[in-house]
Amino acid sequence: MPLPSPMSSNDVSAAIAVTRFGLGARPGELARVARDPRGWLLDQIRPAGADQPQVGGESSAARIQAFRAYQTERREMRRGEAGEDAPGRDPVQIAARMLREGTAVDFLARARLAATTHAGFRERWALFWANHFTVSAVKLVTATVAGPFEQEAIRPRVFGRFEDLLIASTMHPAMLLYLDQAQSVGPGSRAAAMLSRRPRPNGGGGLNENLAREILELHTVGVDGGYSQADVTEFARALTGWSVGGLREAEDRQGRFVFRVATHEPGARKVMGRTYRDGEAMQAGGILKDLAAHPATARHLARKIARHFVADDPPPALVSRLEAAWTASGGDLAAVARALVEAPEAWDPTPAKFKTPYEFLISSWRAIGGQPGAIEHLAPPLNALGQRPFSAPSPKGWDETAATWAAPDAVIKRMTWAEDFSAVVAGELDPNTIARDALGARLSEPVRAAVARAESRQEALSILLMSPEFQRR
Amino acid sequence: MTRTDLSRRGLLSAAAGLGLSIGFMGHAARADGDLGRKKMVTVIARGAMDGLSASPPVGDPDYAGLRGRIAIPADRALKLDATFALHPALAGVHGLALKGQARIAPAVAGPDRARSHFEAQDVLESGAAVVYGTSSGFLNRALEAMPARKIEALSVGATAPLILRGKAPAASWSPGAAGEGSPRLPGILGDLYANDPLLGPALARGLQTEAMAAMAMQDMAAPAPAPMTGGGAQGFVRQGQAVARGIGATVAGFMRQENGPQIVAISVDGWDTHANQGAAEGQLANRLLYLDALLMGLHEGLAADWKDTVVVVATEFGRTARINGTGGTDHGTGSTAFLLGGALKPGGIIGDWPTLKASALFEGRDTRPTLDLRGLFKGVLRDHMGLDRRALDTAVFPDSAGVEPVSGLV
Repeated sequence: MPLPSPMSSNDVSAAIAVTRFGLGARPGELARVARDPRGWLLDQIRPAGADQPQVGGESSAARIQAFRAYQTERREMRRGEAGEDAPGRDPVQIAARMLREGTAVDFLARARLAATTHAGFRERWALFWANHFTVSAVKLVTATVAGPFEQEAIRPRVFGRFEDLLIASTMHPAMLLYLDQAQSVGPGSRAAAMLSRRPRPNGGGGLNENLAREILELHTVGVDGGYSQADVTEFARALTGWSVGGLREAEDRQGRFVFRVATHEPGARKVMGRTYRDGEAMQAGGILKDLAAHPATARHLARKIARHFVADDPPPALVSRLEAAWTASGGDLAAVARALVEAPEAWDPTPAKFKTPYEFLISSWRAIGGQPGAIEHLAPPLNALGQRPFSAPSPKGWDETAATWAAPDAVIKRMTWAEDFSAVVAGELDPNTIARDALGARLSEPVRAAVARAESRQEALSILLMSPEFQRR
Repeated sequence: MTRTDLSRRGLLSAAAGLGLSIGFMGHAARADGDLGRKKMVTVIARGAMDGLSASPPVGDPDYAGLRGRIAIPADRALKLDATFALHPALAGVHGLALKGQARIAPAVAGPDRARSHFEAQDVLESGAAVVYGTSSGFLNRALEAMPARKIEALSVGATAPLILRGKAPAASWSPGAAGEGSPRLPGILGDLYANDPLLGPALARGLQTEAMAAMAMQDMAAPAPAPMTGGGAQGFVRQGQAVARGIGATVAGFMRQENGPQIVAISVDGWDTHANQGAAEGQLANRLLYLDALLMGLHEGLAADWKDTVVVVATEFGRTARINGTGGTDHGTGSTAFLLGGALKPGGIIGDWPTLKASALFEGRDTRPTLDLRGLFKGVLRDHMGLDRRALDTAVFPDSAGVEPVSGLV
C-alpha cells in the first residue's frame, strides 16, 4: 500500500503497533503512541499479568456449586413429578437462564475491557493464551465457568513462566470438567476395586484419556511432538485423582481442585521416554513440568504465537527468534513477548492477518471511541459470524486463519452488521476524522476518498469498517 | 413452529438457542448432459461418531459384553441383517434401508491412525494420504476434475471448511438473513475490493448466493414440524429435530434450482462422547435424531431429484470397542459410514466385518478398519459423478493408486 508522504516512519509503526499487536485504535491513541511505538508495547509487559474484566467476582467454585445444586434439583424433580409441567420451575429453563446470564455478564465485561483498554497488546496477549487453553461453554457443565477460568487461571500468569500457566490451567476445575478428567478413575485404584464389587448403574469407575491427549496434542508438544498412544494412556493414569470437589464434601473443597488418592492409579508411569515414580498428586505435576520444558513445546508455541500476531504462514526467521527466546529464558512468557515486539519481521507494513469476528467487532467499537453496553450488541453478530461467545467448537480453540473467516457468506454478514452498527452510532460523528484516527498511516487513498464521498455518515462509516485495511491488521 | 418460522432468521436463532453446532458448507458445479442431473451430498460427523452405536452389530457375540450398559439392546435396535441393526434414533434411515436406498459400511477409516480429531479431519477433508499432505479439499479438486463442468461453486456455512477449499471458487451461505441495507454499499465495496484477492471474490459470490437463497427459501418444501408442546429436555430435542429437518429441506431447495449446487457438504458437530453417551436414549441418541431429521429433510426436499442423489455420511474415526470408565468411549479407529440415495443399488453391508473378537480388534481396542474411506468416495465419484480413475488416484486423492474404488454402489 503506498504511504502518503507526510507520514513519518513512527506513524507507520504506531499504526502497526496499535492495530496488529493491539486491538485497534481509539480516537487520539495513534498520535500518543507515535512518540515511541515499541516503548508503548514493551511497557505493557508486566509481571502482574493481564488486566481483569470488571465483573461481579463470582468464582468458578461458586458457579460449579450452583450448577450442581441445579442438577440435583432436576434429578429430584424428575423422580417427584415425572410427566408434570411445573410452570416457572422447569429446570431446563432455569439452566438456560443461568447459562445465558452467567456467560453474558462475563463476556460483556471482557468485551468492554477490550474496547476501552489503553494496553491493547496486553489484552491481545491474554486472549491468545485463553484461546490456547480453551475451556468452551459448549458443554453444559462448563458453560458458566469459561469466564472465571480465564480470570483465575490465565490472566494472572500470561507474562510468567509457561510451566506455571500450564499447571494452573490443567489444575483448574473448569479444565478438569471440560476435558472429562474429574471423573477419571485409575483401573488399579482402590476406588476401582470398590466399584467392581458394587458397580454403579450410571457411569463412573474408569480411565478417561481426554485431558491427557489434549495436553499433549494441543497445549504442549503438539500433534507431531513425538508421543504415542501408550504415552497418552500412561499420562492419563498419572492424572487420575485430579478432580473437583462435590456437593457432599467439605465446603472448602466444593467446586475446587481436589486430589482423590482413592481414584489415583498407583505405580510408576513412563511418558515420552521418562519414568515418573508414584508421588500421587505430584506425579502428573512432574510430567507437566517436563512437557513445558520440552523442545517441541517451544517450537509449537513459537509458531502459534507468530501465526496469531503476524501471518497465517509466518516468516521462519520470526518463528526461530521466538523459539530461541523461549528456550533461552526457560519459557518466560515476558521474554517471549519482548522478542516478538523486537522482531523486525513482526513490523512488515503489509497487514497479513484477517480479523476474526471478535477482533472486527471490538476494533469497530474502539474506532468510534465507544463500548458495547449490552450482550445484545455482541452475541447475535458473533453467532451469525460463527464465533459464538465463549463457545469455541473444540479444545483446539478458535481457528485464526483468513481461509476460515473470509467465507463469502461471512463477508456479507460483516457488511450487514457494519450497516446496522453504523445506523445506530454514526449520529453526529465525523467519519473522515474517525478514518484517520482508526488507521493512521495505514489508511489508503481510495478508502479515504470513498469515505469522504459517501452520501451519508452511516454509509461512510460502513465503508471504513468494511475497507480492506480495516478488515486486516 | 409454523412454516413462516422456518425463515433463515428463524432457523438461525432456533439453532443457536439450542446450542446446536451444525455447520453447513457446499460446492456447486454443473456438468453437461446426464451428469448434470447427478447430485452428491457429503455429511461429515465431526468429533468421531461411534459406529458401534450408530449401526450396532447386535448379532456379533462380543458386542454386548464389550459395550456393557451403552450397548444398544437387540430388542430396541432396528434390524438390517443377522448381524447389523441401526440405532433406534435412525428410524428414517432405516425406512430407506428397507427400500434398498440406504446401506452401511461398518468398518471404514481414512489412512490416518493418530486418533487426533484435528489431524484425522484434515486427512479426511484434504483427501491426502498423510496429514498436511495438501492444503485444499478433495471435493474442491473433484470439482476441478469433473467432466465438462461449468463451475458455480457454493459453500454453505459461516466459516469455510477445508473439504471445500481450493482453486475452484466457492460461495457460501448459512441460515441467518442479511437485513435491509444501502443499495449502494455493495457496489462501493466491490470497487474498493477490485484488487483484493481475498475480499473481492468473497463479496461477489456472497451477493450471488444471497439472491439464490431468497429463491430457495420461497421454493423450499417445508416439512410438517413437530408440535411444540411439553417443554423441558424432550421439547428441546423435538425442536432440534424440526430445525435440522428444515435445514435439510432448505439445502435441498438450493440443489433443485436451475443453477443450484451439484455437490454439497454439510458438517454436524458433537460426536465426541467421552462420557455418558447413553444407549437407546441419551446424548448420542439425540445427535442421531438430529442427523436422521437432517437426512429426512434432504430426502423430502429433493423429492423427484432423490433418484439422482447419493449421500455419504462419514466421520474422522471411530471409538473404542470397549465402554470406558465414564460411560462413554475414547478415540478409536474404524467406524461406520452411511450411503443413502435413490441412485444407490440395493445390497448388504459394504466391506467386510472383522468382528469384535479380541484377536480381531485393532491394537486390542478398536474396530479394525477393512475398507479405506477414500475407496468409498472414489466409488461414488467415479460411478455416480463421472470422474475418471486417473484423476481420482492422483489429483483428488493424491498417491492413492493402491486404493481401489468400491464398485457396484450405483
